Amino acid sequence: MTIKGKAYIAGIYEHPTRHAPDKSTAQLHAEVAKGAIEDAGISKDDVDGYFCAGDAPGGAWPMVDYLGLNTKKLRHVDSTETGGCSYIIHLGHAAEAIAAGKCSIALVTLAGKPRTGAMPPRAAGAEIDFESAYGATTHNAYGMCAMRHMHDYGTTSEQLAWIKVAASHHAQYNPHAMLKDVVTVEDVLNSPMISDPLHRMDCCVVSDGGGALIVTTPEIAKSLKKPLVRLIGHGEAMKGPRGGKDLDLTYSAGIWSGPRAFEEAGITPKDIKYASIYDSFTITVLMQLEDLGFCKKGEGGKFVADGNLISGVGKLPFNTDGGGLCSNHPVNRGGMTKILEAVRQLRGEAHPKVQVKNCDLAIAHGTGGLLGVRHAASTAILERV
Amino acid sequence: MSEAKKYPAPVTNPETAAFWDAAKEGKFMIKRCTACGEAHYFPRSICPFCYSDKTVWEEASGEGTIYTYSLMRKSPTGPYAIGYVTLKEGPSVQTNFVDCDLEKLKIGQKVKVVFKPTDGAPLPFFTPV
Repeated sequence: MTIKGKAYIAGIYEHPTRHAPDKSTAQLHAEVAKGAIEDAGISKDDVDGYFCAGDAPGGAWPMVDYLGLNTKKLRHVDSTETGGCSYIIHLGHAAEAIAAGKCSIALVTLAGKPRTGAMPPRAAGAEIDFESAYGATTHNAYGMCAMRHMHDYGTTSEQLAWIKVAASHHAQYNPHAMLKDVVTVEDVLNSPMISDPLHRMDCCVVSDGGGALIVTTPEIAKSLKKPLVRLIGHGEAMKGPRGGKDLDLTYSAGIWSGPRAFEEAGITPKDIKYASIYDSFTITVLMQLEDLGFCKKGEGGKFVADGNLISGVGKLPFNTDGGGLCSNHPVNRGGMTKILEAVRQLRGEAHPKVQVKNCDLAIAHGTGGLLGVRHAASTAILERV
Repeated sequence: MSEAKKYPAPVTNPETAAFWDAAKEGKFMIKRCTACGEAHYFPRSICPFCYSDKTVWEEASGEGTIYTYSLMRKSPTGPYAIGYVTLKEGPSVQTNFVDCDLEKLKIGQKVKVVFKPTDGAPLPFFTPV
């Protein structure tokens, strides 16, 4: 059994807002749902599958009701919650459901307002008494990974900075990006230290906003007007300290989700023309590139240096919308926007200055949770037909 | 600085109560599985490696080395250093480093456990030897 080629992304929408104090979170979900439905050229009453994660107010059934979905038709719901990569997992699960005949038009939504106000705390796991007092945050949890990566492999702050530099080169062409200024390695190194060894410019932005997808069958996709983009490989995985045995923070669960996706797709990293890689921090990108097999473990620093991730300059154009480092990071969750820019690249709808020529194979990969503590990862490989 | 910091009291539960009771006596406990021999942390009733229920409490040396750390430069309660310590007994544990110059921490540095009070059971932290 495989989902290869059994589901197409027929509709996408990214909310242009980066700051939405005048809107409700549910409203943002509705606005992105409407956007993706209109992009696909379908009616909301056609939707028979709905996918959302922890950012959806109240969860699936309040959202299905609020969104006015057609409950006589809706027959598949999935509220898998894996932090920032939830939506990449949803894409895979939607393909599975479509392949199994459990639904034919799936809607996936993400939206929220962390820039306007604090997000509700995460639910605590069994580790709470043994960890909560130590103040793990995104910054220091990823800082711990970067510190050990530098120790084991000689990775430098200059190399990490190149990831932000590449993102900023792309963001200058995105009118919606929060940070449009092109920055240099020196700018990154001179930005304040937030949590060693990560500087402020190693960190993504905090933004309001959201995005949505319509995933459907090959037959329905071909009946619509958009360029055809299909899912050909998908993987998901999780990793944690697991009782503290053989702790190694220099790799992520992407080391498992990536090969699963590539195997299903029947391609290798060398075939990929464009990569959307979750960039919560620069170190996130570097580790994911290694884990996905774009370079050997420990060689990510060399791989990202000297503009290798800049579209039109380097070998692996990445995050051509500016990514989380420069454009947006709706709900502190980067998975959705990773899919959206990959689809734009495959459709040929990216900004002309960053559009990859003949872009027929793309990857969208993300992590969720804290890379240095417990996290999930998901990989999607997409093809233009 | 760390002495002035107020830490949350552990809630505790039936599975981990013995850990916190021992902490009140200054003992740092880990769990070891008598079926597969592996030690683990934080403590579980069922061994996470072999799924045996033959896990027993063991007082750890409280000594280990810094696996990694990150110095959080600003927070509402001031700077702090989070990290993992690999215990002599094997498991790595998440912690904060205290009672030291946070700028001078290094991976591989030897550390030992120190307990800090809360309104309930004390919490384990680590400090350079």
